[in-house]
Order: sequence, then structure tokens, then C-alpha cells
Amino acid sequence: MKTAPLETALAAASDDLQKTPLHALHLELGARMVPFAGYSMPVQYPAGLMAEHKHTREAAGLFDISHMGQLRLVGPDAAAAFETLMPVDVIGLAPGKQRYGLLLNDEGGILDDLMFFNEGGDSLFVIVNGACKHSDIAHIQARIGQRCQVQPMPGHALLALQGPQAASTLARLSPGVERFVFMTGGAVLIGGIAAFVTRSGYTGEDGFEISVAAADADALARLLLGQPEVKPVGLGARNSLRLEAGLCLYGNDIDESTTPVEAALGWAMQKVRRSGGAREGGFPGAEKILAQLTAASGSAGHIDHETLKRKRVGLVALERIPVRDGTLLESFEGVAIGQVTSGLLGPTVDRPIAMGYLALAYAEPGTRIQAVVRGKPVPMEVCTLPFLPARYWRG
Amino acid sequence: MTIQYTEDHEWVRSESDAAVVTVGITVHAQDALGDVVFVDLPEVGKHFDQGEVAGVVESVKAAADVFMPVAGEITEVNEALRADPSLANSAPMDGGWFFKVKLSDAAQLAKLLDETAYTKFSAES
Repeated sequence: MKTAPLETALAAASDDLQKTPLHALHLELGARMVPFAGYSMPVQYPAGLMAEHKHTREAAGLFDISHMGQLRLVGPDAAAAFETLMPVDVIGLAPGKQRYGLLLNDEGGILDDLMFFNEGGDSLFVIVNGACKHSDIAHIQARIGQRCQVQPMPGHALLALQGPQAASTLARLSPGVERFVFMTGGAVLIGGIAAFVTRSGYTGEDGFEISVAAADADALARLLLGQPEVKPVGLGARNSLRLEAGLCLYGNDIDESTTPVEAALGWAMQKVRRSGGAREGGFPGAEKILAQLTAASGSAGHIDHETLKRKRVGLVALERIPVRDGTLLESFEGVAIGQVTSGLLGPTVDRPIAMGYLALAYAEPGTRIQAVVRGKPVPMEVCTLPFLPARYWRG
Repeated sequence: MTIQYTEDHEWVRSESDAAVVTVGITVHAQDALGDVVFVDLPEVGKHFDQGEVAGVVESVKAAADVFMPVAGEITEVNEALRADPSLANSAPMDGGWFFKVKLSDAAQLAKLLDETAYTKFSAES
């Protein structure tokens, strides 16, 4: 038996990996640690991926996501400057609110996806992917470092508390925290520990992401784990939870070779930055991306397959066979039409689900295609995302 | 009844009928994989050489090939495992067996690892 991804990951574990402030706690909890984004991270705890996944859907799961990058952009020009890097409305984001963003390269490819929060006082709090954080900070510094202060926050840990019981649990320790609706947040005390919370996450569930000083992270995690609803959840379940929620994993589903339009992330590009908007364009790759948006809308009277060739879609396998990352997708005539970028047996939906890119002609929900798994065709159907309805708290 | 092991983390159990052996994945293997959600079993009657890929076992987080530990013909596959892949986790050494093989070359058995050697190998790998 050769467990390629897992055993390779285990074998690659070495001392030069960074440790999060919760490393000792993970070991104490019996976590299986793997290298991820340059860190030693818990892939699962003794309960196992399935149990951790289901616990998050039913109660509340605690995730250590301290490998992610946190930074601030500060100064009166910070929002306007940051807007030049993304096809997103940054200037219009009200204080106390959070938004999804996409850093683009000059070809319109995605350098990273991120969350940003308007702290007020000319300060944006930004969370980026762990594997991209050094290149992101360098990119941001190079492009807009003259217009605002770029302040990395390596001294902060990041936790996520996710699940239908996350809010009631956190409110017990931080009365009033339940007032925040999805994509808002603020500074709070949790059992006396100063933290910055946003009501957001990466599981499709209600919940919070909690930024805390590294020195306080262990105490905060233990306090949360001491609540009866809360169990620790590793990166394995984080991946299956986010895929059921239809959320992209940077490096799998989106990367420098994919544009936001191809990635079906048009919802992240507000009207004000689109053709005809008050601040139309003015971001890297704008010409290409705005043309792709027009092509996708069919406003020329037809879908323009030359300008927009492929699109990210959801897929379900019609047989109970998992279809994994990298699997070739074909028409029933055997013509290659795309590739799977994430795929597994969804623990809650209890069927094989995937995301991938398909030639535009095959990207409509309901279209049937086939995946080539170990040389054998497995029928799949294009479906709408997410695979499970999101349960965000919008008030 | 003797149980032997491969460096690919399969076990091979010799039945009373010495010509047929039962094959499964080890406790160590299922632990490394985590919750098994899918198995792909070979066709009964098909012949495989030693080391050929005869099946697949998948957890939510990883897929792994199951290699043929000895050359031979598949005489039976575990339909109960196909229906409930979690048997590979809950009973890897008995109810979670994968397939039975009619040996082509019984001498290959002698070269597999015994329990002591496998335990040492899996602890080091």
C-alpha cells in the first residue's frame, strides 16, 4: 500500500517547520501533525476527520489557523491604494465590516484570496493564506508601500470557532459577541482575553475567526476547548468542510493561472469596479477581466467562448467513487474538457463531490460528463455550489 | 494459520488450504489513512503479478493503491467491505479483508515479513 499524499507529507516532517503558538496543545491533544504552508499543523486529532467534520456541522469545532498571514494597512490612502491591487470595492467598505478580496497579477491571475476588515481610523486588517503570506506582503509593499504603511502581524495567532453552536458558546465567554452578523466584527474580551473577532469562516457554518496575541493563544484555545460544545478540528476536516461549502482552496481551485471570472468569483467583484461603474477597472489585468465578465454575461447576445474559455464548477459523481484533485474530465465522446481541482467524499452530503474547471460549453448545471478515475470513466453531473446550504448568521 | 506482511502495509493470511491466501491492509495502514470511505476491489478470476496494483483504498484525505503481495488469481473479494468501507478501520485484520488469492508461486510467501519484522519496519517508516 502506498499512501502517497499522506505518507509523503509525514515523511517530509522536519525540524525546520515553524510551530504555531498552539503546537504544544496539539501534541497534548494527540494530533497527527503534518507540514502545511511551512508550519507543523494538526491534520486530525484522535477523533478522526469524519467525526471532526460532523462535530463542526452539529456543534462547534475549534481550528488553529495561525499559519495564515495577518497584517494591517494603515494610512488615509490605504483603502484607495489597496483597491488598485484587487477588482473589489475597498473604499466603499464601511467601518466594522469585512469583505472577501482577490490579489491579482498583471495578467488577471489570482495571486491570493483574502479577507479584509475596515477597522476605522484609516486601518484595514487583512488575513491572507499561509502559503502566500510572504509573497503577498512583498507584493503589497512593492505596489502600495509608498501610499500606506504595510504592517505584518507575526505576533498574532488566529483561531476559528465554527458551527451552529459557535455563537452561543462564544457569547457565554464574551457577552454581546452574538450581535455581530456575518462579515462584521470588532475587538472583544473573551474570558478576559483581548481578541479581535469577525463573524466569518471557511466551513459554510456560522462562526467566528479570532485573532489573538500569540502569548494569549494557548490560554484562549484551552478556555474554548473547555466548553462542552467545542472539540478540536484539524486541517483534514477543514478541507472537507470548505469543499462542501463550495469555497475555493488557494493553490488547488484558484492560482495565478486562473482569473476571478474563470473561477466563478464574479460575486466578489462589486459593480463599482465593473464596466460602467464609478471606479471601473484600475486593477491588475482589468482589461482581460472586464472582457471576460462581458463574455460571461452573454450581453453580446451570445456567450463568447473565445474570451472566456473555462469556468469553475461544482460536480457530483453519479457513482460512489471519490474523484480527486487532478482527475481528467471528458465529454462522453472522450474529448478532454477539463480537470478536477478538489474532490473527496463529502462527509455530510455523503456522496463524492468535486470542484474543477470545465470548458464553458459543459459548465451549465445539469450537464453530464465523465471523470477518468484509474483509467475508468465515472459519470458526473455539473451542479450549483455550494453542496450544502450555507448557514451564515445574517441577523 | 500464519499472517505475514509486506513493506507496502498489506497483510497476507495463509488459510488451511495452503494454496489460497487472504489479503488486507494493516492496522498501521488504516491508521495512517484515517476514515476509509471507498475501496476498489479487483475482479474475481483476474490474475495479477506480485507488486501489481490490485485495488484502491481511499479515506477522505488520501487515496492509496493496494498492491498484490503475491502473484495469483483473485478467487473472492470482500463484498461486505465494498458495502461498508469503514470495516477497513474497525476490523482491518479480519472483517475488513480485501480479497483472496490463489497462489501462482507459493515460494513468494517465504519472502514476506513476519510480524516482528513488519512491526520493526512500520515503526521505522
